[in-house]
Amino acid sequence: MSTVILLTLTGLGLAALYFLVASGLSLVFGLADVLNFAHGLFLGVGAYATWWAAGNLPGAGSDGLGFLVAVAFGVLAGSAVAVLVELVLIRPLYSRTIEQVLVTVGLSLAGVALLQATWGADARPFPRPEWTRDVTSVLGAQVPNAGLLLIVAAAVVLGALLAFLRFTRYGLIIRAGVENREMVTALGIDVRKAFTLVFAIGGAAAALAGALGSVYFGTVSPGQGGSLLIFAFIVVVIGGMGSVVGSAYAAVAVGLLQQFVNYYGTSGLGDLCVVGLLAVVLLLRPQGLAGKVAHA
Amino acid sequence: MTEPVLSVENLSVRIAGLHILQGVSFDVAPTGVTVLLGRNGVGKTTTLRAIVGLTPRNGEVRGTVRMGAQSLLARPTHRLVRGGLGYVPEDRCVFAGLTVTENLRLAERRGTSPAYDKVYALFPELDRRGRQRAGSLSGGQQQMLAIGRVLLNDNRLLLVDEPTKGLAPKVVTEVAEVLERVAESVPVLLVEQNLAVVRRLARDAVVLSAGRVAWTGNAQDLLLETALTKSLLGVGSGEVHA
Repeated sequence: MSTVILLTLTGLGLAALYFLVASGLSLVFGLADVLNFAHGLFLGVGAYATWWAAGNLPGAGSDGLGFLVAVAFGVLAGSAVAVLVELVLIRPLYSRTIEQVLVTVGLSLAGVALLQATWGADARPFPRPEWTRDVTSVLGAQVPNAGLLLIVAAAVVLGALLAFLRFTRYGLIIRAGVENREMVTALGIDVRKAFTLVFAIGGAAAALAGALGSVYFGTVSPGQGGSLLIFAFIVVVIGGMGSVVGSAYAAVAVGLLQQFVNYYGTSGLGDLCVVGLLAVVLLLRPQGLAGKVAHA
Repeated sequence: MTEPVLSVENLSVRIAGLHILQGVSFDVAPTGVTVLLGRNGVGKTTTLRAIVGLTPRNGEVRGTVRMGAQSLLARPTHRLVRGGLGYVPEDRCVFAGLTVTENLRLAERRGTSPAYDKVYALFPELDRRGRQRAGSLSGGQQQMLAIGRVLLNDNRLLLVDEPTKGLAPKVVTEVAEVLERVAESVPVLLVEQNLAVVRRLARDAVVLSAGRVAWTGNAQDLLLETALTKSLLGVGSGEVHA
């Protein structure tokens, strides 16, 4: 029983990580039709900026309030880079899908190379609060606190995103834009501002995933954004482009499936099953679990 | 002569290699309804979309479109709309996942007070169904929402694309009544296939054929000429009744 609980909670921790990356990716694709392969870079920037801040930024540190400051710095850095990428590289290329893919793939590769050139290719130990190294007993299962932290963070981000989409003017514009971007402009709204905003939000969420993911794994490395991005894309497709709630459901399904199959089957079989789940969803429900609607 | 509210001169549109509009020129009078007529596929919707800046990115637009002294073609859609060019697209295009109230709220503009009183007076149904998702409304109710959304703000000209398409006869009459009232205060450029509605609303008519203007003049005169309507529109004016 305790094994099932442990697998469920670690699976949910993994799901939380996928959701943090996928939610922004999904909104960006749903609203702006941009398949952003550079999204993993925002995660890397968030992780490295947090790591750097913990050691160098006045007021920041690896524990207590200092760690919160370091994470906040990382999130801001990821968000700022996302906004810069949207304004400088993506904006001139809206509706030019092939060029967008080429630019974002190129940027992703260049970003990883830049991180490697600056801080080396090897994984580095990540400064993290002592309590995140401990475990908490949940119904007999010893669950890593870092995993629980990811779950709580993802739940808070999900709630905040839903509240933003439901109760704010820009949330309304984003929900409408996901359905019919052209009609939003035909109502006199400059939808490009909403594009920048979803990049900022997506970048912030990915950067948070980078920081908390590094807490979970205990290390930070230049390539970790890329490997998480693959599963985030799968989550976005299964959940439905543009749907935050769909991404949440899909992340949970993917995280749990991966964790249980990897444990009870052969290591690596879980990843294969996730691809199988993707194929089944595409065959039976090509629009994903929630379709192309940004549900609030 | 009264200055037109909109002047279209030598408008040409190519989309994906197809020369859809080939030098279209016409004026829209500053009052009443000017109707844009023509058989299917002659470029009526393309004309409206070019005016409001919604030609697809793979399209090429040439010519001049002026509203007063202002040239429209180089300006982005949202600025044109904020400048008083209201657009009600073909097939309504309401946001199906949003409620009626949210659809209306979306059209509100900062610094102006939205005319909810006017909209709810014209369409009391929208007030009653505020919390209903727009996707679950009937076609007629969606059309009312699409028109109501535009009427929340002051407009210098309304572009309305086939507002009665696919609607039941009773609803067609209701929509025509509303447009008649709207046209008392703001000029309308209307694309419409229903000649009964045209007969009721339009003062001026522009007929397109194969991407060119084939006829312009008084709409009522056109409808009286059965042979002319048959040759231009493929239907006799007597074949459609109010």
